[in-house]
Amino acid sequence: MTDITMPIPPRTAEVGADLVAKRYRAERRFRAYGLISLGITALFLAFLVVDIVGKGLPAFFEHTVSLPVTITADKVNAADPAKGDFSTMAKDALKDAFPAMSSRVDRKALLGLLSTGAGDELRNRVVSDPSLIGKSAEVPLLMSADADLYFKGSQTGVVKSTGNVPIDIAKLSDSYSITGKFDSVSVGTVIRANDGAFRVNAVDGATLAAEPLIEPTAIGEVAAGRWQQLQFSKAEADRRITDKEAVVLETLQERGLVSNGIAWRLFTSGDSREPELAGIRGALVGSLLTIAITLAISLPIGIAAAIYLEEFARKGRMTDLIEVNINNLAAVPSIIFGLLGLAVFLNFFGMPRSAPLVGGLVLALLVLPTIIIASRAAFRSVPPSIKEAALGVGASHQQAVFHHVLPLAVPGILTGTILGVARALGETAPLLMIGMVAFIVDVPKGITDAATLLPVQIYLWSDLPELGFQSRTAAAIILLMFVLFALNGVAIYLRKRFERRW
Amino acid sequence: MLIFYAGLLFLASASFFAGRSKAIALLADKPGSMHSLPFYHGAYVALFALIAAGLVYGLATALTLPYGEYAGLLAAAAASAVAFPKIAPNFRARNTVEKIVLLFLAICSGFAILTTVGIVLSVLFEALVFFAQVSPIDFIAGLQWSPTSDPASFGFIPLLVGTLLITLIAIIIAGPLGLFSAIYMAEYATPRMRAYAKPILEMLAGVPTVVLGFFAALTVAPLIRGWGEAFGLSVSSESALAAGIVMGMMIVPLISSLSDDVINAVPQSLRDGSYAIGATRSETIRKVVLPAALPGIVSAFILAISRAIGETMIVVMAAGLAANLSFNPLDAVTTITVQIATLLVGDQEFDSAKTLSAFALGLVLFLITLSLNYVALRVVQKYREQYD
Repeated sequence: MTDITMPIPPRTAEVGADLVAKRYRAERRFRAYGLISLGITALFLAFLVVDIVGKGLPAFFEHTVSLPVTITADKVNAADPAKGDFSTMAKDALKDAFPAMSSRVDRKALLGLLSTGAGDELRNRVVSDPSLIGKSAEVPLLMSADADLYFKGSQTGVVKSTGNVPIDIAKLSDSYSITGKFDSVSVGTVIRANDGAFRVNAVDGATLAAEPLIEPTAIGEVAAGRWQQLQFSKAEADRRITDKEAVVLETLQERGLVSNGIAWRLFTSGDSREPELAGIRGALVGSLLTIAITLAISLPIGIAAAIYLEEFARKGRMTDLIEVNINNLAAVPSIIFGLLGLAVFLNFFGMPRSAPLVGGLVLALLVLPTIIIASRAAFRSVPPSIKEAALGVGASHQQAVFHHVLPLAVPGILTGTILGVARALGETAPLLMIGMVAFIVDVPKGITDAATLLPVQIYLWSDLPELGFQSRTAAAIILLMFVLFALNGVAIYLRKRFERRW
Repeated sequence: MLIFYAGLLFLASASFFAGRSKAIALLADKPGSMHSLPFYHGAYVALFALIAAGLVYGLATALTLPYGEYAGLLAAAAASAVAFPKIAPNFRARNTVEKIVLLFLAICSGFAILTTVGIVLSVLFEALVFFAQVSPIDFIAGLQWSPTSDPASFGFIPLLVGTLLITLIAIIIAGPLGLFSAIYMAEYATPRMRAYAKPILEMLAGVPTVVLGFFAALTVAPLIRGWGEAFGLSVSSESALAAGIVMGMMIVPLISSLSDDVINAVPQSLRDGSYAIGATRSETIRKVVLPAALPGIVSAFILAISRAIGETMIVVMAAGLAANLSFNPLDAVTTITVQIATLLVGDQEFDSAKTLSAFALGLVLFLITLSLNYVALRVVQKYREQYD
């Protein structure tokens, strides 16, 4: 060591105490940085989960309106009930519920509240029970996404209050005037009375100038408690439900016809252009087919490669090259694997676009390094004494490896494989390259059918402007994350359960 | 197709059982006389059938000859007929079978090389076709990227700047967060705390990037835009900042887990020495542990940068499409991966420069990440201190 040349400053007791206090403060600060960093990370994850669950949870429910539908014989052929015009029957049922709304504009507004798939439930009932033809039945009809979102409160906030003063409605030439001692009425407020509805256009003291949304059945005095006032938090232009449609929906709800149920459709149907009809079944089946292919290819090859590299390969230039390659492939961006799939599988081998077969092949190449690395680690963790004992009693090298080392390495291999599968299941970018981003309604039946996958479906839906799809996207994310967390949980369980200390 | 595989399965299992039972019968005649176990005799016949069928069927398919399936099955039957009589007491079936198995294992391990070669060839080949149409100098040094306009221009610089801008934001966020998390986890946290903190980081690492992209585009970007406007700044709805922040959070687990490992690998004696001369814990970490772990930490950061550059979904969903040459994090910028994804989604014409340019970008991306990974490896190898 060199001599200490720096003069040591003489210290008094106070300076020493100060210095110590300062150093302890620095210590606490440093420790706090670590805690804050972990806190921010946890907060981000919590924010992410809460945000997605908050957005996605409403999509698991849907609103239906139960109306008496007349199943007329001229719209359904009893011989082939599935081909009936159920959509029109559903529409007629809604029209019948609002006889006052007879103009073309009114009808259009009314029918926009029903989903284009509103007749599906009706069809199912008639197909299973053809004796319904010619009769009337109470059937829950699916509402459109906009109406559904209105009930879920995502279109606009609405404050409903029953009027506590009597009002007087008078008809002017083409509008109405309403007088009464209102306490909180402003332009845009909607007043419902006598089966009709008005929108306030001007407030002049106790007199309101109002335009009719639905013509009332009577005018004149309305007693306190017999009318209702609706105050929307969003202007009509900023929401996808007009005042008139909102009044119809409020009326339906008041009559007790609207019910909220679990949207099984989300799990049972394929993609659709209408948010309320879109489901993830197609994507789920596509994901399963793809992952099956990925596993079928990458697991045997991965394990075989790991066995060779760990147990049989002679250390040399070739094994070094393979090792460098595996480590490097594990860090290659996934989109590059998509380019490989496009150039080799689609262009060179002419495999079909959008097929789970190609997706599975690309993902297999993607997770192969992960599986090889995990399997090698599993083989390395088996103590050499096991193999040596087998060799000692006369087993061949391969017998020792396959009969004694491999079974002990299986839990480790499985853990690595599950984590690899979890990664493949969430992978999106390479699949965009091989054309899996198509709008596909049908559920794929085989590995060469056009299909889409869960993460790709999420990407596709997230691109759509409708509010209903935003909620469906989040719902699909919830499902995907659920599957991934379950897989990770299994991996952690396996690791804990079969972990051995030798 | 189906006939072939079903028939092959039947023939192979029939050969296996036939071979095995012949061996068992021989063994029953003269106990202890066989060189190999009956299993290996069966496997020998079955493997012969499989290999013959595979060769014939593969050849027929490659040459598009008719009746490949039947020819393959016939070959399988013939092969097992040839192999079956070889079964004898001193026939070394196990050695042959083990040789074949070993060959199979070696071929499987070669798949990694095959994949790399496939990537390099496919990207390189299409990129070369592209560079035959567009001068490489215009590509490397051009300041304008507009592949769809007429005439199209393929200047790579705006994409590089956009990619680096988003990566820079990400690493500014993730660097301190990841490093301090790792230090806390390795040096301060009680086992209980670790048991809670580690799953949080692992969960974050397991969130698919498409989910993070959705979150970035629909939650973070509007939030940043709202805050920016509250301060009177004009923020693009596809700002680099939103994508960068979310990408930063994505790589926090990567940095923290890699750094955690290297910090834990620093021998305890170094810390004990530091404590012994009166240093506090934080002084020990800053002056002793971190310098010792520096190569590993630098390599973790480089790998994180490489990951951020290659990340696709977050930027496809949250960053812009238009190539602006801008260093402002509030502007919309585009990245290499976004352009690859948008150029190749939808119709692809493999004779147009527009489609081929995606492969040129892929080549550049591959080279960038490859060299970063190599540098990360070298940093550890070259500067690592051996303490044992």
